[in-house]
This record gives sequence, structure tokens and C-alpha cells, in this order.
Amino acid sequence: MSFSPVNVEIKVNGVIQPRTVEPRTTLVDFLRDHLGLTGTHVGCEHGICGACSVLLDGEPVRSCCMFAVQADGMSVTTVEGLAPQRGCLSKMQDAFCETHALQCGYCTPGMLIACHALVERTPQPTEAQIRDAIGGNLCRCTGYQQIVDAVKLATSPGYEVKSAQAKGSGVAHG
Amino acid sequence: MVDPKHPAYKAFKYIGRSRRAVEHRRFVTGQGHYAADVVQPGLLHVAIVASPYASARILSIDSSAALALPGVHAVLTGEELNSAISPMLPGVDAPKVARYPLAQGVVRYAGEWVVAVVAESRALAEDASELVCIEYEQTPHAVDPEAAMAPDAPQVHPAHGGNIIWHRKFTWGPVDEHFAAAEHQLSYRVRWARSSTVPIETFVATCSWNDATQILDVWASIQMPKYPDLLAKCLHLPGNGVRVHYDVDVGGSYGVKRGLKHTILVGFLARKLGRPVRFLEDRLENMRGGDMQGPDRIFDVSFAFDGDGTVRSMRMRAIDDIGAYAGRSPLQLGKPVGAIVGPYRIASVEYDAYSVMTNKTPQEAVRGFGQAPTNYAIETGIDRIARYLGMDPIELRRKNLIDKDSFPYLIPSGTYYDSGDYEAVMDKALAAAPYGDLLKQRETLRAQGLLAGIGVSTCLEPSGGNSAFEPLFNPKNETTTWMDSCLIRIDLNGAVTALMGTSTAGQAHETLVSTVVGEVLQREPDSIRVLHADSLNSLPSNSPVGSRMAIMLGGAAAGAAKILRDKLLTIAAHNLEVAKDALTYEDGSVYLQSNPARRMSWDALVEIAHRKYHCMPEGMEPGLQEKFCWEVPSGGKMPTEDGRVQMYPCHSFESHVVLASIDQQTGKTHLHRYVVGHDCGVMISPDVVHGMTYGGVAHGLGAALLEKFAFSEEGQLLSGTFMDYLLPSAQEVPSITIVDHCTPSPLTEFGQKGSGEAGYLGGPAAIASAINDALAPVGANIDELPMTPQAVWRALRAAGVKEAQ
Repeated sequence: MSFSPVNVEIKVNGVIQPRTVEPRTTLVDFLRDHLGLTGTHVGCEHGICGACSVLLDGEPVRSCCMFAVQADGMSVTTVEGLAPQRGCLSKMQDAFCETHALQCGYCTPGMLIACHALVERTPQPTEAQIRDAIGGNLCRCTGYQQIVDAVKLATSPGYEVKSAQAKGSGVAHG
Repeated sequence: MVDPKHPAYKAFKYIGRSRRAVEHRRFVTGQGHYAADVVQPGLLHVAIVASPYASARILSIDSSAALALPGVHAVLTGEELNSAISPMLPGVDAPKVARYPLAQGVVRYAGEWVVAVVAESRALAEDASELVCIEYEQTPHAVDPEAAMAPDAPQVHPAHGGNIIWHRKFTWGPVDEHFAAAEHQLSYRVRWARSSTVPIETFVATCSWNDATQILDVWASIQMPKYPDLLAKCLHLPGNGVRVHYDVDVGGSYGVKRGLKHTILVGFLARKLGRPVRFLEDRLENMRGGDMQGPDRIFDVSFAFDGDGTVRSMRMRAIDDIGAYAGRSPLQLGKPVGAIVGPYRIASVEYDAYSVMTNKTPQEAVRGFGQAPTNYAIETGIDRIARYLGMDPIELRRKNLIDKDSFPYLIPSGTYYDSGDYEAVMDKALAAAPYGDLLKQRETLRAQGLLAGIGVSTCLEPSGGNSAFEPLFNPKNETTTWMDSCLIRIDLNGAVTALMGTSTAGQAHETLVSTVVGEVLQREPDSIRVLHADSLNSLPSNSPVGSRMAIMLGGAAAGAAKILRDKLLTIAAHNLEVAKDALTYEDGSVYLQSNPARRMSWDALVEIAHRKYHCMPEGMEPGLQEKFCWEVPSGGKMPTEDGRVQMYPCHSFESHVVLASIDQQTGKTHLHRYVVGHDCGVMISPDVVHGMTYGGVAHGLGAALLEKFAFSEEGQLLSGTFMDYLLPSAQEVPSITIVDHCTPSPLTEFGQKGSGEAGYLGGPAAIASAINDALAPVGANIDELPMTPQAVWRALRAAGVKEAQ
């Protein structure tokens, strides 16, 4: 049932967003419905699949399992805030494109959040560390292999984002 | 990786090359456009009240308290809805098995939708749904499919007369003679558990009705053939009164996103209320009442074979539990008819197939459309024959695999396999493992006290999504085409746009079409835009089912591009005043072979078509826009009286090699090595093919080891969340090696075959094979999926293996 609305101020992708919400509004519904940031997806709504992952003060959390009021005064980064600037990609986003680390794209925002959080604390992760870091994010398309490849590529020495607008490499296999 | 030595790839400039998928950029930046992202002004939301019982009469429904809640717009019952629509009918001839979005009078499974509540927000609709009071009286239910086949079993649809919705015994060839003449026979039972593809996005439908235009707009996470037509028919709207927006990104499907009942409900509500309405399944609704569970089969199989390992004949009885209602689910016993002997030279087959209704969640199409369970049943038999004869299972396969020089190869059930080299693919997989190392590792693991085993499978992947099982399973159905199409235009500025008529659920169709069109027109693929039309401005499509889009959409796109290329050549020939065959088309320009300096550029040719009618050949249409609609190659025929038909046109092939170990204390399986040899002909987009294969292996691992929709004896779903229905994570899925092989199909434009079901069709068989190889030394065996730690533990204890102190 409805309760009295609550005022919150949550910094999302660098911008302070004051809003009035029902206390039961989840953080993911706040992001999607109140701010129109539909890049964060809802998969299971019970904290298992990880599709709704966002960074909360830099730590990956399930935005389906917490209320917007709990994030009051805190800082949230969503997939829309991962690139250094509009029209660009982060190294991780670029590497995901390069290794075909996604298919339907539904788990991808949460997966990218988990990978960004990983390399923030472990700049050169091993395969075991990568699999551990994405172990709480379910993907049904890829079998995870090309995601692991993407993280390895993004964290390989000297890896640079290819271009502002991704283009085909035109390089043959083999 | 692509075999660079294969001559098939030398002919291509863009096909078979690594290329970033067009779709990725919007997905990695959070700019996908999924059905739940579509927000129409004034959007209302639906919550469902579902049946708590597997079988019951509905005595009363009291909606008054829900309707009294501020912000609630409607409470809809089956009584109101079902009188205004037509039912969804099964794919087989069973008109009394009618299916409506909401139950009326009786409920037939726990989770069946009974009432829909519409409110200003999803949360409010959920609040109101808790205020709806429904009185039930439980009635007897059937949950075991074999028991449900008995004449005195409780009937799910009494009007149908029994729970068997479809049965036919096919006999292809002299089965009795072959069995009588063979030196040995063996029989066994295996069971494939009810699991599904379980996409991370649940089903979502948003509908909006316009009184002025009389059009129902639909944004849904759909992957379904004939969806707009069926929707219009059920809602009593003309076909041109429904507009399905195919530019919605679908968050995974692999077969199951067939929310026709969802869309009928939401479409009806949008029209009734004059407001846009959305229904977004929560996870339990998706798993229990979303009607997306997969095949649930019992196989009883007998093989006839000789002492040297030659397999003569097979009898297979398959019982498929389809749950309480039927869509296309009975037809999932039909597709395997087209690969019923697997990759083996088996001269005759008896196939006795039953589709049975029970009081469970209805079955929906799942990746492979019934082929993965059948492959598992066949492969189990090959391993058992090897064990019986004391032969190496690899050598037994080698002895029976269809030889590469035998194609096209006609199997007893009437399908020609187009091409293949099965032994070469298996050998490549074995070499990549490498198999000798696996044998040593198995010994090392066994020496460490673990149970360890090697599994091998060799399995067919029929592709090209014909629908020949429809007339085979339903004499009243004369469907013999399953076409797809593409429209391409070159605008005045010379840019190319292609239009496809279906939605995409991760298969990278925009990448496929732009690569193919780029190849034919010799234009940079990244410059070509591919749009998803809506159902009112698109050409016919049968949607991305049956591993068909590389073949069918790729073929249609190539066909339309070739017409355009020819048109450009014709314009050039007219203006250069030479015959067309004196000209060469290169990168969009056309030149005279004998004098390459005499040429016309792409821009000049395009300008003539768009502006200079006086420079065009007489009678030619101005503009540059062409379509091509393609029938499935080798399709178009009705089945014979004895049930023989060409099922799918193309036949990809996969061979899996797996090394597994089992912890005897916990029953947990660990996969140490996983190799897949794969041949799907020419790969248009290798990264996409590999991605789907990796994903298919992971999905197969889930079906083999983890996933099951378990039901209680009362018919209650016991695994409706991700805490009890376990999807493989990056911890369970091992690193996978794919080894490519290329046997081009003679039936397709570039030699491509389909591959959307790759990995899943041979994975479960290989993993099960490895586990049973591991269990063999202690005399244990498992004939049922999933082989969970509990199942392995029980099998070990049953075999007398004691727990260590």
C-alpha cells in the first residue's frame, strides 16, 4: 500500500537528482522510471541475476534489492555513466564490442558494471579473478567466454579504445 | 577460427571476416530499446492473479475490493475476456484443447492466469491483485505423463477425450527384418527433464489502441512466427489492424519468447480502456505462468546391431509431457523426424511418439525444437552399444558415421542431409583436446581418488527452419512454405538501407544483413543501415526460429541485393552502349572489361536511377528499391502417406569432447576440458557463430547438470526462482575450445548453414557421456537429466560406493 512520499537526493552519473518517491520504490525503478535511465535492466528482481547492477559509491550492488531511499545522499553510476564522455566508450565497453562479449545485450549493463568494479581494484586480473567477479551476473547468450576475453583485452597493456564510432576492423581471421 | 585454407572463403570480401557487430554499440552504452523501455503517455500496468491449484473449479470471483482501490482501472476475468476473443489453437488437430489468456470455469495448472488487474502503477496493480478473492474447489489432477495416458486418469481437457493430444507410430523401412537379422539388441530408457532457455529478460508486452486509426500498436519481446496474424485473428481485428514494432530489442529468447496470450490480454485491455497498457512478467510469473517450459521426455529406445559394431536399426518411443495447453509444443516431437538417425547410417527406424497433457505449465519451443533431447537419447544408445561390445565409443562412431562422399544422404524418414564431413569434425575435436592427453589426465584424476570420465558426442543440427512438421503432424495443415524476405533501397545520396521484417533477440541480424548486402553490392558493410520494419510495412518473415536466419534472411538479403546490382549493370550497359556481359561490377562502379577506363561510378548510376529517366533503359522502373522473398530451399512439398518428408534443408554438425571428474563425497561434477568441433558451412559472421556456440554449450551444461522445473505431486512448481532453478554462472561454465570446419551447403547462397542452436544440440549428450564414463568403474549409471550433485550422489550410494570417513 502507499505511504507518504519521501524526498531523496541521489547523485547519478555525476548529477545530483532530487526527487520525491514512494518509500517502497526500488533503486532500479527510481533509475528507470523516475530518471529515464533505462540502460539498467531488471532480470529476476530477487538479487540473483545481476542485470540491475550499478555502482553505489563505487561498489557494485543489486539495484533491485535496495530502495531508492537507502541511496539518499549517495553516488550511483549506471551503464550510461561508464564512458568518459558522450560519444565515447570506456576501454571495457570497447573491448566488449571487440570480442563479441554480448549478444542480446540484456545482461550487458550489469556485466559491464561488475567488470568496471573489478578492474578498479584489480587492474590486471587473472582469469580466475575475472570469473569470480562476474560470477554473480548471469548471461544466457555467451557462455561467458567472450566476456572473459573482453576483460583480458581491456586490461592488456597498452589497450586503447579503437575509435569514437566503432567500425569494422576488416581483419580476417586465420 | 575460420579455416583460411578453405577455398569457400576466398571468394568473399566481407563474409567470414571479423567485424564488430552493429548492434553492440547501443547495448554497451545502455541505449538498447527493449519492450520495458517503451513508455507511452498514460501507460497503465497489469498484475496477474494466478491459480494456486493444479486442477480446480472456479466457484466465485469477487473483485469489489480491488476495484475500490484508488488508481485501479479494471479487473478482468476470463468470462469477460474470452467471450470477446477467439482461442489460441494447438499446432495439431485438437480443436477442443482451446487456450485463452485467462481461465474460465476451471484452472488446469498451478500458476494459470485467472484475473488481470490494471492500475496506474505496477506496484498498485500488485496491491489490488491481493484484494481479489477467488474461491476454488480442487479437482483430481494428473502430473505423471505415463499415468496420464491411462484411460481412467484425470482428464486435463475432458472435451478432447483423453490426455494424449497427439500420437503416431512411424515405420520407415523394414525395422522388424533388420531387428530379426541383427546379431545383438539392447534397450534402455532415458529421461530429459523439463528445463528451458530462461532468458534474463522476462516477457514484456506493451499495447496501445488508437480509436481514430483503429490500429493496435504492439511492442513486445517477441520471437514468434505468424505472431501478428495470430494476434489479429484472436482479437477479431483485421490483419492490418495490428502493428507489431520489430525494432524492439529482445533480451534473449532462444525459442521461448512466444507471448501470444500475454499480448492478447494486453491488447484487449488497451482497446477496452483506451489507454496504453503494459504487462511485465516478474520472474515467478515467467517461470510458472509464462508458459515457457521446454520438452519433458521419456525415451524408450532399442537398437539392433552386429558384433562388429554396425548399427542396423532403431526403435524409439518418445513420450513428451507438454503440460496443460498446447501451442506448437507437440510439433517439437516432429522436428527430430528430420534427423532421427543422427549422423549415423541406420537403415530403418520406428518412431512411436506421444504428446501428453498434464496439469503442469504448458511447454513452449526451446532451442533446437526438440532435437537436443532426441540427440541425447540417440547418443546414450551409441555409448551403451560400445560398452556392450567392449568397443571404443569413438571407433564405434567412426564405423557408423555417414561418409563424406555419401551426400546428399537420404535418411529413412525422408530428409536429405545436404553435406558434411562428420568424421573430420570429430577428428578435429579429438586432436584439439588432444584426446591422448585426456586419456592420461583421466588416469591421473582416477589415481587421485576422483571419478573421471571422457564424453564424446556427434550430433546433427538441422537448420533452415522449414515447418514441414506441421503437415506431417496435422493432415488439415498444408503449410509448405516458411519464407523470409528483405527489401533494400539505395537512396539518392547513394546510401544503402535494408529492411527486415522480424525482431532480433541477440542474433545480430543487422550485422548479418549488412555483411551480406555489402558482399553482394561490394560496399562497406558499416555504411549499410539495417532497419527492423513493423508488421504493416514489412515483407513476410517467419521469424528467427529453427536456426534459419543466416540461410533465409541472408538468402533474401543476397537475393534483393543481386537484383539491385543487376539493375545498376543494366543502367550502365544502356549508357555505355554495350552488352551487360561485357561489363564488370566492382565496388559499386561498372567498367568495360576491354577498356577499364570506360566506366560509370556508383554515384552516377544512382543519380540516373533517381533523377535521369531519360538515361534509363526503356521500361525500367525509376528509383532503386528491390525486394526478394525466398522459399526455404528444398521445401515446398507435402509429406508422403507413410510420413516421409524433407524437414530442414541444411545440416550443421557438432562433435563435443569433454573431460569430467566427480567428487565422490559431494557428487559434484567438474569439467576440466571442453572442445567442440563445429561445421555450419561458411560462417558469414564468425564471431557471432562462435558466440552462439559458446552460449549453446553453456545452456547445454545447464540442462545436463543443473536445470529442472521440478513439480510436487500436487502439481506445484518447486523451482520458480533463480535460487532453486539454477542457471550456470561463469564459475560453472568452463573455458571452451571451438574448432571450426567448413563443408559448404550446396543449397544456399554462400554455402552457409544455420547455427543458432549450436552447442546445445550435442552438449548435454557429451556431458552425460562423460559422467557415465566416470561412473562406470564403480558400476553406477545415470539415465536422467539433469545429473545434479544430488542425482550423482544417489547413483553412487545405490551402486554401493560408501562415503569416506
